Amino acid sequence: MEALVVIIISTVFVNNIVFSQFLGICPFLGVSNKISTSMGMGAAVIFVITIATLVTYLVFQYILVPFNLVFLQTICYILIIAALVQMLEIMLKKVSPSLYQALGIFLPLITTNCAVLGVSIMVIQQNYNLGGALLYAFFTAVGFALALVLFAGCREHLEMMDPPKNMKGMPIALITAGILALAFMGFAGLNLFKY
Amino acid sequence: MNKWKIFTNGLLKENPTFVLLLGMCPTLGVTTSAINGLGMGLATTFVLILSNIVISTLKNVIPDTVRIPAFIVIIASFVTMVDLLMQAYIPDLHAQLGLFIPLIVVNCLVLGRAEAFASKNNVLNSTIDGLGMGLGFTCSLTLLGIVREFLGNISFFSHKLANIDGALVFVLAPGGFLALGLLLALINSIKNRETSR
Repeated sequence: MEALVVIIISTVFVNNIVFSQFLGICPFLGVSNKISTSMGMGAAVIFVITIATLVTYLVFQYILVPFNLVFLQTICYILIIAALVQMLEIMLKKVSPSLYQALGIFLPLITTNCAVLGVSIMVIQQNYNLGGALLYAFFTAVGFALALVLFAGCREHLEMMDPPKNMKGMPIALITAGILALAFMGFAGLNLFKY
Repeated sequence: MNKWKIFTNGLLKENPTFVLLLGMCPTLGVTTSAINGLGMGLATTFVLILSNIVISTLKNVIPDTVRIPAFIVIIASFVTMVDLLMQAYIPDLHAQLGLFIPLIVVNCLVLGRAEAFASKNNVLNSTIDGLGMGLGFTCSLTLLGIVREFLGNISFFSHKLANIDGALVFVLAPGGFLALGLLLALINSIKNRETSR
């Protein structure tokens, strides 16, 4: 139980995927204008990362490794992710129209979200077993969603501010992200492995 | 279109990092030092030129409906090549850049140029476009790397310039956002001054 808490805190806060590993910056900067859209994107990413990690992990262990095709990892993974996202979109449309309404427009964007490919490669590099991989993927995605929603909240306030002319738009948003990342660095001081 | 114009388009007018804001993950993730920025930029340039050549050659063969998956497979093949080549010949840099090499596949810059330029233009123009965009990306990554390395370590391409400690935060994660934000503000101020003149 304690180990679980340590994993959760260290993947969501200490090694936050956006602020300390720099993955998924494009959607982080692109879809963070409003809290409501950022929540939709966050939920879609949690959903896709967990399922994509499950599928890519199984393909890697049971197809690529036995047939000595590990060098095809990148090509295989990106195709799996692209196909999976399309399939999820079609399935959601049939099975749960309300969920599709909420997540639908974000799904096509996720193929080029490097967090998805990044997590599925990292899971292999760090030799997780299937359970560990899924746990890691899920909570990394939760960390992404948290960062996205927090940043969207900041940007909604920034809209009403009046920054210097040259800082307007992206520069001030990036500096806000920098300050948020500084705040997240504080979590690195947590002494998690004492217990 | 004039060849020189296509080339400088990527370098200045549509600079991928500072104007189009494409490919932000490697931009912020690997630019902790100038040499990493340069290495990442050159690796991306290699992929960009070759994928542009192949895609513009095959543009009449690839059916329109499946063009995106086809482009992704072409790009991913070149990325795998770069990954293996770097692992064999420059293992130190490969270890430093790590995960970001396979992630060139999902760099929106590469797919963006394939879709916006290479699928509509001839081979020569696409090669020039890939070269221009790639060099633009390399220059901005190196610039960001130089700035971060200087502020963080007071060094230039790992040569220590003075025996004082820098603001370490610029080498750590938050510094990437801060340095890029400040550089963009600087570029905006230059642009605004030019337009008001």
